[in-house]
Amino acid sequence: MDILGLLIPVSLFLGLVGLVAFWWMLRKGQFEDPEGDAHRILRDDYDDRPKS
Amino acid sequence: MTATFEHSRPAACPACSVAPSAEELAAWPVDATLMLSLPGIHCAGCISGVEKALTRVPGVRDARVNLTLRRAAVEAGPEVSAEDLCEVLERAGYEAHELDPGVLATTEADRQGRDLLMRLAVAFFAMMNVMLLSVAVWSGAEGVTRDMMHWISALIAIPAVIFSGRPFYVSAWSALKARRLNMDVPITLAIALAMGTSLYETILSGHHAYFDAAVMLCFFLLGGRYLDHRTRASARSAAQELAALEVPRALRVGPAGEETVSVAELRAGDIVRVKPGGRIPVDGRVIAGQSEIDRSLMTGESLPAFAGENSVVSAGEVNLTGPLTVEVMAAGQDTALHRIADLVAVAEAGRNNYTSLADQAAKLYAPGVHILSFVSAVGWYLYTQDLRVALNIAAAVLIITCPCALGLAVPAVTTAASGRLFRKGLLIKDGTALERLAEADTVVFDKTGTLTNGAPTPTDLDHLPEAAARVALALAQGSSHPLAESLARGLAGRGVRPAHVEGLREVPGFGVEGTWRGERVQLGRAAWVGAAAPAETATFLRIGAAEPTTVTFADTLRDGAEDVVRALKAQGKRIVLISGDTEAAVTRFAARIGIDEVIAEALPQEKAALVAELSEDGARVLMVGDGLNDTAALAAAHVSISPASALEAARTASDMVLTGRSLAPIADAMRTSVSARARIRENFTIATVYNVLAVPLAVAGLCSPLIAALAMSMSSITVSLNALRLK
Repeated sequence: MDILGLLIPVSLFLGLVGLVAFWWMLRKGQFEDPEGDAHRILRDDYDDRPKS
Repeated sequence: MTATFEHSRPAACPACSVAPSAEELAAWPVDATLMLSLPGIHCAGCISGVEKALTRVPGVRDARVNLTLRRAAVEAGPEVSAEDLCEVLERAGYEAHELDPGVLATTEADRQGRDLLMRLAVAFFAMMNVMLLSVAVWSGAEGVTRDMMHWISALIAIPAVIFSGRPFYVSAWSALKARRLNMDVPITLAIALAMGTSLYETILSGHHAYFDAAVMLCFFLLGGRYLDHRTRASARSAAQELAALEVPRALRVGPAGEETVSVAELRAGDIVRVKPGGRIPVDGRVIAGQSEIDRSLMTGESLPAFAGENSVVSAGEVNLTGPLTVEVMAAGQDTALHRIADLVAVAEAGRNNYTSLADQAAKLYAPGVHILSFVSAVGWYLYTQDLRVALNIAAAVLIITCPCALGLAVPAVTTAASGRLFRKGLLIKDGTALERLAEADTVVFDKTGTLTNGAPTPTDLDHLPEAAARVALALAQGSSHPLAESLARGLAGRGVRPAHVEGLREVPGFGVEGTWRGERVQLGRAAWVGAAAPAETATFLRIGAAEPTTVTFADTLRDGAEDVVRALKAQGKRIVLISGDTEAAVTRFAARIGIDEVIAEALPQEKAALVAELSEDGARVLMVGDGLNDTAALAAAHVSISPASALEAARTASDMVLTGRSLAPIADAMRTSVSARARIRENFTIATVYNVLAVPLAVAGLCSPLIAALAMSMSSITVSLNALRLK
């Protein structure tokens, strides 16, 4: 059972990493045009010069 | 009708050099980003098509399409105007409207949405971790291990619940302050009681802790709340977006000359100039000039009216032939608000108080939950004389009955339905509009601007003699009056060549005249030409001393109008056509489109009264209209729809707004709304069934945290999946 002392902090840490990543994506506006981004990736218009 | 809706353009400065100086660039920071609404785009091809078309326009630095919101943000130099961009896109085959980026800075709603999403994420994080720890307890952890799991759960759950549950606490508190009960009161109580008893149990190293249930409750309810917010935010931005569709500008005559200002800056007493073809931006009195004005949006009559010195004109009317100088009597918010407030307030007072399905459920639900949990707590206390057991039972009952699935039942369906309808070109502004639309059995249509485009076309060019046609064309080409333009288009389209008319001169407010083969020729209003007053939209041609010839006009049908009428008839709806236009024009039109019930020459009050009368007879009325004269009727109807070209007042008063030009989405919306209502009912049934199964266990004290967690997640997931079945 000693391993719990390691595993619980590790799992909490990984969860927190996910949470912070989500927060970062939210701030970067990655959810602003989900539909458009899904279509955009299939076009080769911006392959050479990606659109910011 | 968007076509006839020209906004007065800001005058292009003639002194503007090709390369604007640095100061000029710096003085134009506001208009650097232009926003366009693109209701028609739907695929990857559209994205690159629009972006390419826009970036090819000289002066455009960057263009980015947002497919989710159907918008394009364009960064451009000051020489580019949104109207030009719209034109470019229309030519490329994409319907486009101008949006006011200032109005669209919807930071508040965005911030709220992001805030909710963050709370949702925190609740999710806490739920997953606490759930993992709880699995250890459920699978039989004992003694110190169990206590440790409980303590760690408490450490995660307490801050998470405090943070993510805040919207519920705030709402419950404001409800309690107003001495009401809403859904959030039992939710808050359940969370507080669950956390309290669980913490108490943990301190006493007891068996049952409901940390997972409390966090899960937060998560699912926030999920419902977030969906709800998204629907409402898109509705709010829809209202704003459409308000922004008409970017009002006016030409103010000041001591320093004419300047283009926003209508919001105008004050009573200012003098504005309204060019021919422009919309009158204010309520006012004409102090100079003569012209004809098109009042069709305000009254529904398709016949232009004369405006001369001292005529009173109102905002929204279109100036047709001559320039007018207008003294402002009321501007901007004052005029619009005042008139809408009067008409709409009266109409809304008569509107049935609609209780949404969710409210009906909540009304039954909130008191029931409290009574049930209180009774079981008292019962167990009397039976065992143990407060700890009684509180535990009360918490379990509250958690089990907590309206997780109920909180999701409506938002999940509404989100699915409004997303579907948005893609078809219909914006839903009100959360309960779908439910109400499903109940509609009578459809009342306005004519001008709703079923028609509001743009007249000449009807009987055949019987016009060759010579008369040629003279008419020559005269019509000399005017920018819509009837003249339409006549010119019609005649030119038949291959008629203009006669040689000399001394062509437009008499503002009356018509065009000139000299042809030594005779005076006139094209214009009945009284001016010397003809009998017309019963329908018409213009008159007089050559010399001969009897005037009449050219009559009829409106063209809006896209999809016939299909909608046919589809609604097939669905068994009663259809009524009501218009402020003349009897002859309305009946002829009704026969063409296939509507039997017709009411013509209706005043705005009469429209509202008719809708109220129909409602009193037990009909559920769907009103479709666009003018200010329809506003009261739109507000009085059970549910209402207006086209994007409608006046702001009409769009504000209606529950749904068509984003494109076609009326076709209305029939789809009817079908979808019926299906949505069925799904919502099913969802309530599902949620109730889960409750009925689990509540006896909770009251009997047999409900372990595991059963609570299972019942809660199962019902929420079933309800969400059911919502996705929407057709």
